[in-house]
Amino acid sequence: MVSNEMTIQLKEKIETLLKEKFPNAVLNVSVEYDFPVFEIEKNAMLDVITFLKNAPETGFGFLTTMAGLHYPDNADKEFGMMYQLHKLETNERIRLKVFTSKNDLKIPSLTHLWPTANWMERQEYDFFGFNFTGHPNLVRILNMDEMNYFPLRKEYPLEDGSRDDKNDKMFGR
Amino acid sequence: MTKQAESNQTTESEKVYNIINLGPTHPATHGIFQNILKMDGEIIMDAEPTVGYIHRAFEKIAEHRPYNQITPLTDRLNYCSSPINNMGWHMTVEKLIGCEVPKRAQYMRVIIMELSRIADHVICTTIIGQDTGATTGFLYFFQMREKIYEIFEEICGARLTTNIGRIGGMERDFSETAWKKLDIFMKEFPEYLSEFQNLIERNRIFMDRTIDCGPISAERALAYGFTGPNLRAAGVDYDIRVAMPYSSYEDFEFNIPVGQNGDTYDRFMVRIQEMWESLSIIRQAVEKMPEGPFHADVPEFYLPNKEDVYSKMEALIFHFKIVMGETDVPKGEVYHSVEGGNGELGFYLVSDGGRAPYRLHFRRPCFIYYQAYPEMIINGLLSDAILTLSSLNVIAGELDA
Repeated sequence: MVSNEMTIQLKEKIETLLKEKFPNAVLNVSVEYDFPVFEIEKNAMLDVITFLKNAPETGFGFLTTMAGLHYPDNADKEFGMMYQLHKLETNERIRLKVFTSKNDLKIPSLTHLWPTANWMERQEYDFFGFNFTGHPNLVRILNMDEMNYFPLRKEYPLEDGSRDDKNDKMFGR
Repeated sequence: MTKQAESNQTTESEKVYNIINLGPTHPATHGIFQNILKMDGEIIMDAEPTVGYIHRAFEKIAEHRPYNQITPLTDRLNYCSSPINNMGWHMTVEKLIGCEVPKRAQYMRVIIMELSRIADHVICTTIIGQDTGATTGFLYFFQMREKIYEIFEEICGARLTTNIGRIGGMERDFSETAWKKLDIFMKEFPEYLSEFQNLIERNRIFMDRTIDCGPISAERALAYGFTGPNLRAAGVDYDIRVAMPYSSYEDFEFNIPVGQNGDTYDRFMVRIQEMWESLSIIRQAVEKMPEGPFHADVPEFYLPNKEDVYSKMEALIFHFKIVMGETDVPKGEVYHSVEGGNGELGFYLVSDGGRAPYRLHFRRPCFIYYQAYPEMIINGLLSDAILTLSSLNVIAGELDA
């Protein structure tokens, strides 16, 4: 695994800070290639991210991206969200992960911290069905409004099995 | 209250706004996106953007394709600079498998990526000119994009959706003709660029139309996740080529142009200056071009020569495994970003060791910054909204994935 000194240092720095401030919030810490990754307890997530954004010693002021994750076999942790924060001044990047059960897809919205979270969250809602609490306008963005399922969940095949306009009995695909 | 005043009050409370559609298929939107505008005369009071008209579910498709078959999907993100997307994807996989690409291949990639950055900026800058009424610059300067596409065609056989390069390096070395075409381009392009610049940059009409048109402050731009030229026009010098150098960008010397006001004029000027910087990077790369192989020695990922497939057992096995997607990939998750034509193009790849990614997420700069569009155009004129849209350079393919 490629992980240089700087990443490990950053990981340790943030880990100490978070564990001091939120003793029970950090569930897991690892280094994935050039990124320190922190798994955060869902209920503490909003506080942790607010702290990471606003506190002077962290100051991760830029939300790079977020992505939904679906692991159907992880009991009670089927769905996850990945957030990437960036501190432009020192060029430090971290990744946060939050997992939630399929029965409770509520995740606090980050729209009041970053306006850019608006469409990012709408996209992950569209794909996975997360219920971002506090989002001003949580509706589908890329797919059509009439769609009644969340296509990026693992149980949905790439193509609708009931389609008959693509008959490939003879040739396969 | 007199009768006169009463009737005045009612007219005020019943103020009528016009609702109009900007798009989805209007030539001035340069792509398929709709904005429902609430207009007070010619002033925009409210805007509601709708996206997703060419959504093709790339993130879902990518979960069902082996790694080398995902490159053509990335072509269709920002189709004005497909090679940057292709290279970004190759580098993501190379990071995952821990593959070190030889210097020559890295320099070749830099040349191709900077050429496509120029092609991307040629489109954006000429379109800004076109939308202010300067068709001459557009028709004249657009010939240069053609020259770039001819170089791409010589390198990889395709022009727009290039599928250029392979995981582990380039698919072939540059041919004699490619070098020759690049040489001619490097001589011709500066002339065309400075002529275009002279034509537009200090033009009275152009300046009147673009200065203070659709401005955004650096704070708002950062809050909205702007990256690339649009962020730099607001005055933030964030460029991934410098912040997190990839493909040997640390070997080259270049400046990051920044603007001040974040308006259409600054976005235009930043792109013009970036073309000069790209030119200088290409020149340095050609001068310093090292000898050596043009791809890494990764037989599990890099297709063998066709002659070897017919004559050598090992090559045949690797060929079969790559084509059938039977290669072992390490488990893990990796994020890699490149400086695309419009900003930070990121690939977040989760691998479970299978033939296809477990999850692949694209950080698409257009999608992220387009949501600032209503804020930038409200209380402005409709004609300014068109200019703001073209100066943001929103590419529908990247917007909708």
